[in-house]
Amino acid sequence: MKRELLDRLLADRAAQRTVVVATHLASGDQRLIHPGDNDPLAAEAALAIRSDKPRTVETADGDVFLNVFNPPLRMIIVGAVHIAQALAPMAAMTGYDVTIVDPRQAWATPERFPDIRILDAWPDEALAELKPDHRTAIVTLTHDPKLDDPALQAALSSDAFYIGSLGSRGTHAKRIQRLETAGFDESRHSRIHGPVGLNIGAKSPAEIAVSIMGQVTAALRGAAA
Amino acid sequence: MSTETRDILQSAADWQAAGRKVALATVVSTWGSAPRPAGSQLAIAENGDFVGSVSGGCVEGAVVAEALEIMRSGTPKQLDFGVSNDEAWEVGLACGGKISVFVERLE
Repeated sequence: MKRELLDRLLADRAAQRTVVVATHLASGDQRLIHPGDNDPLAAEAALAIRSDKPRTVETADGDVFLNVFNPPLRMIIVGAVHIAQALAPMAAMTGYDVTIVDPRQAWATPERFPDIRILDAWPDEALAELKPDHRTAIVTLTHDPKLDDPALQAALSSDAFYIGSLGSRGTHAKRIQRLETAGFDESRHSRIHGPVGLNIGAKSPAEIAVSIMGQVTAALRGAAA
Repeated sequence: MSTETRDILQSAADWQAAGRKVALATVVSTWGSAPRPAGSQLAIAENGDFVGSVSGGCVEGAVVAEALEIMRSGTPKQLDFGVSNDEAWEVGLACGGKISVFVERLE
């Protein structure tokens, strides 16, 4: 690897930009491929990025190894509620960089969320700042339309790989109606997992957090759930 | 991608900046039950220091030895380890898997 390429790779990593290192295995020739680059292996690189799995591609010139450098996984939780107290540490343990968003200062306290980053901002402002990408999961837990709705609208306008929203079937149906009124048709709002979580009969806040974490993992890994 | 990998590449850059020869080893494919997935990396300095891993410790010694040679020659090489390999008795993977490791000099 050339030092100049390593420096560009390190700069991409520091800026949390997704990048693929393509290595021609016979010669050692290397180049970087970024999403959207005009590269002969752009499609294969995009597949490797999506699955977060390095792969070797056979080309007319010989095998090329595509190593994926994705930014870290993130989870944005809207609502510093009881379920969030279980979900935040669980997501952190699973490898996510977790941020809790709640403008209600009585809820979003360091005592309730030790070691978790808290933003006491309105969800639309918070999401504009956090810029969710294809490595970000967004979960809304307030079931308060004035907090959840702006978060969901921002989430639907992002590349987040997972969007989940807490609430009963009835609550979710009303939420969907409001989103449609706001201009988000089914092709867009169908990305939202609602009611949130896998159907494992979860009752307690921690069990609901397990069901959400399971569903987020399934979405990340491309498993049917 | 873990922070671990970031530290491996940063270590390689730091070692080179300090004037040391450096090689990078990357797992490019695995078959069966391999301990570290494709993409895992090991950075090696000319005095034998290394960070990261390409296996659970089974083949690092052999990779480091090859890396020292590649630091001199500058010619990258793909190394295959596993039960079907002649070296299996020496450095085969206890798990029964196979891995292919690409080793290159940091230029």
